[in-house]
Amino acid sequence: MIRVELPVGLRVLANLDREVTLDVPPPVTPRAILDALEGRYPVLKGAIRDFITERRRPLVRFYACKQDLSHEPLDTLLPDAVARGEEPFLVIGAIAGG
Amino acid sequence: MSGVRVLVGTRKGAFVLTADGKRDSWKVDGPFFAGWEMYHVKGSSVDPNRIYASQSSGWFGQQVQRSNDGGKTWEPMGKEFRYDGTPGTHQWYDGTPHPWEFKRVWHFEPGLDNPDHVYAGIEDAAIFESKDGGASWTELPGLRDHRTGPQWSPGAGGMCLHTIVIDPKNHKRLYVAISAAGAFRSDDGGKSWKTITKGLNSRYIPDPTAEVGHCVHRIALHQSRPDVLFMQKHWDVMRSDNAGDQWHEISGNLPTDFGFVIDVHAHEPETVFVVPITSDQEHFPPEGKLRVFRSKSGGNEWEPLTKGLPQKDCYVNVLRDAMAIDSLDECGVYFGTTGGQVYCSANAGDTWAPIVRDLPAVLSVEVQTLT
Repeated sequence: MIRVELPVGLRVLANLDREVTLDVPPPVTPRAILDALEGRYPVLKGAIRDFITERRRPLVRFYACKQDLSHEPLDTLLPDAVARGEEPFLVIGAIAGG
Repeated sequence: MSGVRVLVGTRKGAFVLTADGKRDSWKVDGPFFAGWEMYHVKGSSVDPNRIYASQSSGWFGQQVQRSNDGGKTWEPMGKEFRYDGTPGTHQWYDGTPHPWEFKRVWHFEPGLDNPDHVYAGIEDAAIFESKDGGASWTELPGLRDHRTGPQWSPGAGGMCLHTIVIDPKNHKRLYVAISAAGAFRSDDGGKSWKTITKGLNSRYIPDPTAEVGHCVHRIALHQSRPDVLFMQKHWDVMRSDNAGDQWHEISGNLPTDFGFVIDVHAHEPETVFVVPITSDQEHFPPEGKLRVFRSKSGGNEWEPLTKGLPQKDCYVNVLRDAMAIDSLDECGVYFGTTGGQVYCSANAGDTWAPIVRDLPAVLSVEVQTLT
């Protein structure tokens, strides 16, 4: 199972705990995770990536295994530790405000 | 027993405030959607349990929420606002053409015939409607396609369509206001639109009497006399007696005619309320005194209403959608501040008391009169 951590705004929106687990068949990529996440929680569609272009929203970031994957193509293979469920895939709301 | 339900949108969630007809003891529910900007929360007059809420976030975009039980529970609705066809351009801050881009919903206006019918005013300025209770949204493109559309430009708060008013006697007649394009009227249910800006005079645009470019902050009318409109503009309080075809100024003896809100007494069509704000650069009340001003003569002669409101060291703002009027026999007036207070007057402004003091900054206040 893939572990995904969500920021508080999305947890409030989808009424979720901090971490959700998803069954994502290989290859495990950001796109595959987001497809599975939005499939199970449709309210999140459009909140992480644009409806039409599927581009990541500007103030959302993707981290895993201490790497910033935000600027990688959505079809990039994620680290094995994420695919094995040892490490979470982090969806982050970028820091902002004072 | 009659009562009221006040729907409050704030920078960090929505709140539902309820009281009986005395309006002196309140129950506060919320925050709903904690952490999200709730631009507007408004109920249907056809079915008061039906409420629409605009939920927005700089991080996560737009959500639309709907309640069918008076705000106790909510369900997410459609949130795709796609402009009709290929959007053209409007004028950007630097004068260059800029494509229309959806940013957020500023205002919901439920229809007067069917609780599933609701209009949405969005940024970048356009009007959408849903006929299926918010499940899907369709633009009424005649507004954005108005011949002046390429000249519209944003104000400091963005190019937002923030006011939608439905004529209570002719539901095909709609009014909208856009910052900073001006005011428009449709007489055919939103298919076509005309500017209604004659008489407006705005010193902050190159031609002060231009057809578009006016920063209209709010329009209000009385249910019994819908051809009489009241407007709070960026500067100037205005009145029209012919459905917007011609406006004249009614600022009269106000200490400043800058402000955002304007509303009309539920039972007295000539009684109007405004909250003067010092200036466009100083978004707080003059002299640090929070005062509602009331005119009982349809404008020009205004009296300050101060009892129960802070009269020193008050530097909050009252935003454009943050005043509402109930229709109980003794008319209630409500407004919210950027300091998180929501005030109620159960006697048409004579005295005031805070319902709550410490909410997040208030973006919108609506009230439902429950019988």
